[in-house]
Amino acid sequence: MTTPLIEMQNIEKHFGPVIALGGVSFDVRPGECHCLLGDNGAGKSTFIKTMSGVHKPSSGVIRVNGTDTVFDNPRDAMAAGIATVYQDLAMIPLMSVTRNFWMGREPQKGFGPFKSIDFDKANKVTLEEMARMGINLREPDQAVGTLSGGERQTVAIARAVHFGAKVLILDEPTSALGVRQTSNVLATIDRVRKTGIGVVFITHNVRHAMAVGDRFTVLNRGQTHGTAERGQISPEELQDLMAGGQELAELEGSLGGTI
Amino acid sequence: MTDERLKQVSSLRRAMIRPELGAICGTILVFVFFLMIAGDSGMFAPEGIQNWTVVSAQFAIIAVGACLLMIAGEFDLSVGSMIGFAGIVIAILSVQWGWPVWLSIITAFVICVGLGALNGFLVIKTGLPSFIVTLAFLYILRGLTIWLSILTTRQTIIGGVKEVAVGDPLAFLFGGKILTGLFQWLGDIGVLQTFTRGTRMGQPVVDGIPMMVIWAIVLVIFGHWLLTKTRFGNWIFASGGDARAALYVGVPVNRVKILMFMFTAFCATVFATCQVIEFGSAAADRGLLKEFEAIICVVIGGALLTGGYGSVIGAALGALIFGVVQQGLFFAGAESSLFRVFLGTILILAVIMNTYIRRLITGER
Repeated sequence: MTTPLIEMQNIEKHFGPVIALGGVSFDVRPGECHCLLGDNGAGKSTFIKTMSGVHKPSSGVIRVNGTDTVFDNPRDAMAAGIATVYQDLAMIPLMSVTRNFWMGREPQKGFGPFKSIDFDKANKVTLEEMARMGINLREPDQAVGTLSGGERQTVAIARAVHFGAKVLILDEPTSALGVRQTSNVLATIDRVRKTGIGVVFITHNVRHAMAVGDRFTVLNRGQTHGTAERGQISPEELQDLMAGGQELAELEGSLGGTI
Repeated sequence: MTDERLKQVSSLRRAMIRPELGAICGTILVFVFFLMIAGDSGMFAPEGIQNWTVVSAQFAIIAVGACLLMIAGEFDLSVGSMIGFAGIVIAILSVQWGWPVWLSIITAFVICVGLGALNGFLVIKTGLPSFIVTLAFLYILRGLTIWLSILTTRQTIIGGVKEVAVGDPLAFLFGGKILTGLFQWLGDIGVLQTFTRGTRMGQPVVDGIPMMVIWAIVLVIFGHWLLTKTRFGNWIFASGGDARAALYVGVPVNRVKILMFMFTAFCATVFATCQVIEFGSAAADRGLLKEFEAIICVVIGGALLTGGYGSVIGAALGALIFGVVQQGLFFAGAESSLFRVFLGTILILAVIMNTYIRRLITGER
């Protein structure tokens, strides 16, 4: 078995008296899509923020490529190849696609105090990377605000991939999208996975998870109940684990299994 | 996968739809209007042109700073007070304390840019809106200016700067005129009118380009280049567009904002220095309401009040509109109080148009 790109072992996170994460273990291997499922308040955000260096775990071990690592800030995590695409903070709508794509890492030309952004290169690379993700932009200087929600997620994913992400954490990328846009994003996840990047796909939609996931981990009230391989678990069981069992089972009966 | 629902956009439309469009239309409108009502009043003779060019240049100098700061997502309401303060500092140091003028000017720049940094630092550290922090400085600086002036001279106007500034190497950069030879030649060959009597007989009516105008042009070009062509410009847009998103990808948002506060203070000091050297005096009430005039220029120029969007060229055109309207009504012999009515109307029209254009560009709904 290959070494996981990142391995989180027994991660606990306490905020004062609140135990947000009570010993969560999770790993991502190259070229897989590992779905992290959980209902609102299950600790998904806290967990990915720990993985991306925003929070420090109260206890537990993080290993990158098998070596113990401590992330002091998001930059450390980024340097280790862990890129996070946040649902609503991915893009600045007033700025152009190119400007967003290169934000913070603009390619420059010229020398001394007269350096300027190399827009020819920036535009060309942006168009290429977007085309690889299956989106043909009309022009790279159009504002991100003119793109659809799914396309915005794709720009953010393309950006992370271009800048050398090895682990891509997607925070509920499909939760605000329509049917067609969702399928676009899922197709993008599939493409990214095939390049050998490990994808962490956070969602509370079991169907989206089943569509692309290789492995599934369910978080419930800061705890996991292990990780299941694809084919070992049915959508109903996942749904059941997420909701913590009982009530949904009753509901499901009366709704005829439609949730 | 091209989206079949996107219409092809003609290149003409693409060239037209830009943040400055509202300001360009406004400029054309204002010029046509004044050509009609004041075309024969001397407004478009060399002297008249110099008159409204200088006034527009004054607005442009502070508008460039205000524009970049607003795009970075912050305001500076202390610009007007900073102008008064910088002027008084220069006058006290050079006239009262007898420092060389160049040293007084440099000291004023250091103090004011430092105050700009303090403004920015307080905004960043406290997380308060810049509106409040700089409003406080509007009062603090104005009060200090009057107090310092009265403390040293028992007056609120300090004169005599012109006398001490003669031959000063730095003062010329702010108060002189360039291309005087060219203008004299233009006068000699009869292209420009010359004075026919008095002490300046034989000299052209316009004897050069004031440094104020040069400063305005240089600052506008610099601001435009910085904003649209450089990495730092991208960070200015990003800091104002969404500070958190910018932070997450590694943009040093705090540094960008503090530097923009310092740049705004720098522009205010340039304005103040030009004025002091030009008039030969400093007054404690200089620069009153300038902060709002700068913001008006910027907003006419298409910038978004909440940051993340705007254009330095637009702000410069806003300044031009402002200067032409203010001086044009004077040339047209209109009641000077009508100036504000006119300005308010232009402001509303420009902002409505800018909002519409911005929606076209950015896809806001």
